[in-house]
Amino acid sequence: MFEASELNIRNRKIESLFRILFLLMAGLLILPVAIILAILTYKGSSVISMNFLFTSPTEGMTAGGIFPALIGTIWLVSVALLFSVPLGVAAAIYLSEYARDNWFTRIINLAIINLAGVPSIVHALFGVGAFVLFFRFGTCILAASLTLGIMTLPVVIVSTWNALQAVPMAFREACWNMGATKWQTIRKIVLPNSISGILTGIILMVSQTAGETAPIMFTGAAFFLPQLPQSVFDQTMAMSLHLFVLATQVPGVPEDVPYGVAFVLIALVLVMNSLSIAFRVYLRGRKKW
Amino acid sequence: MIAEKEMTNAVETIGLNLWYGTFQALTDVNIQVKKGIITSLIGPSGCGKSTLLRSINRINERLGYVRVEGAIKVLDENIYARDVEPVQLRKQVGMVFQRPNPLPLSIRENILFGHKIHTPSSLKVSRSEANDIVEKALRQVLLWDKVKDRLKHRAISLSLEEQQKLCIARLLPVKPQVLLMDEPCSALDPKGTEAVEELIWDLRGQFTILIVTHNMAQARRASDECAFMLLGELIEHETTEEIFVTPRHRKTADYIEGRFG
Repeated sequence: MFEASELNIRNRKIESLFRILFLLMAGLLILPVAIILAILTYKGSSVISMNFLFTSPTEGMTAGGIFPALIGTIWLVSVALLFSVPLGVAAAIYLSEYARDNWFTRIINLAIINLAGVPSIVHALFGVGAFVLFFRFGTCILAASLTLGIMTLPVVIVSTWNALQAVPMAFREACWNMGATKWQTIRKIVLPNSISGILTGIILMVSQTAGETAPIMFTGAAFFLPQLPQSVFDQTMAMSLHLFVLATQVPGVPEDVPYGVAFVLIALVLVMNSLSIAFRVYLRGRKKW
Repeated sequence: MIAEKEMTNAVETIGLNLWYGTFQALTDVNIQVKKGIITSLIGPSGCGKSTLLRSINRINERLGYVRVEGAIKVLDENIYARDVEPVQLRKQVGMVFQRPNPLPLSIRENILFGHKIHTPSSLKVSRSEANDIVEKALRQVLLWDKVKDRLKHRAISLSLEEQQKLCIARLLPVKPQVLLMDEPCSALDPKGTEAVEELIWDLRGQFTILIVTHNMAQARRASDECAFMLLGELIEHETTEEIFVTPRHRKTADYIEGRFG
């Protein structure tokens, strides 16, 4: 009475076929990541040493280390964060908690979508026009970081917005009905319960920022600058640009040095990400619903 | 007798019309909710019971596309007057929801939340003062003995019945006069329903309670007066006994006897 019919058997086969197909597709995602990491580790790890990490490049960048670029990238990312996190989080809070669905809100949303779609080289040119020339910052960390910050704003806004929206409406209603203002509700309930999601957005932003090359190329990153930046008004070397330069512009660089630079860049991003993820997990553990 | 002449209505609406956009949700509602008793609001889904409830603490206007005509008087003051501060209104008029919605905080912090938002941050509340507030509120909702040893636990760890009691308790520290309850038992099992009903009955006299319910039996056993609404209009408002025994309107009788809704 309950035996499988022809049709059942056929459907079961199709079912497993698709399951395997989708599994393969999803599994393929791991492949590029694994290959990249493997090659970088294989070819790059041999050049990694304290000396490589903590000295300046020498002999026309064919020898020595990457210290100025490493420090430069940290500068660029930090200043960009200082700019885009407060701005992006504030904008997301407005859109999620205050904005009503009207033409103004729709224009803001449209602007965010478009901002996300602008190619990075266009951001670079905008950065030159706005920060380097118009505001007369010159080519410096500030101009480069502001350019990076603007470029990553959509990531921060969208992920923060999603995190805020994930906080159940019932909590807000409970607060409002007790007479809490929107700000009291946001500060005491919404933000504490969405902070882990907001951090996710910031992690994404850090990764993207550290690796970007085009936006900093004309705005503040230098080809070769052995001394460290002293303030945001100095130029600086950066890992991503340094990698580009070593790989394409400088003759006589030993083959494994660019791999080493890439390895350090990725390691830097991974370390920053892991820290944020650890922080996130810690915060999520304290989540109370 | 003199007391009778004083304010007898805690809530009164006068020619209340309310629109959501172009949809009229309330039509010329005139209701007098007497002070200190329990009034139940019954009627089929979409009849405007919840809308009426949500206008009484002006939470409706958060939606933005709500338009109101007429007046609502709470404790004899028109709440749509220009100098009314919604925050002060909501302090006097507490709301309890269908699904218990304790805040994602500890039991203790849930009770103190309302108190905190209505106290200037410069005014430090001492620990012992806070403890008193928490104990008093929890005792009022008959929850103290059950939770006194786990005040630091998350509110969400309580059973639904206890959560709902907590949601009532957290309104009390700011000393509201009116409690609005939107189907407060409909997410609870029969035992929880009984317990919360008992509590509501226990609070009778201290607060004016207006309770929306779908449960005829509940309206009948747990309210002094009962109002029947249909399609945004108030059809009948009598003592509960009269409504259930000798309803004046045919529609009321039909609804109570389960012929529609």
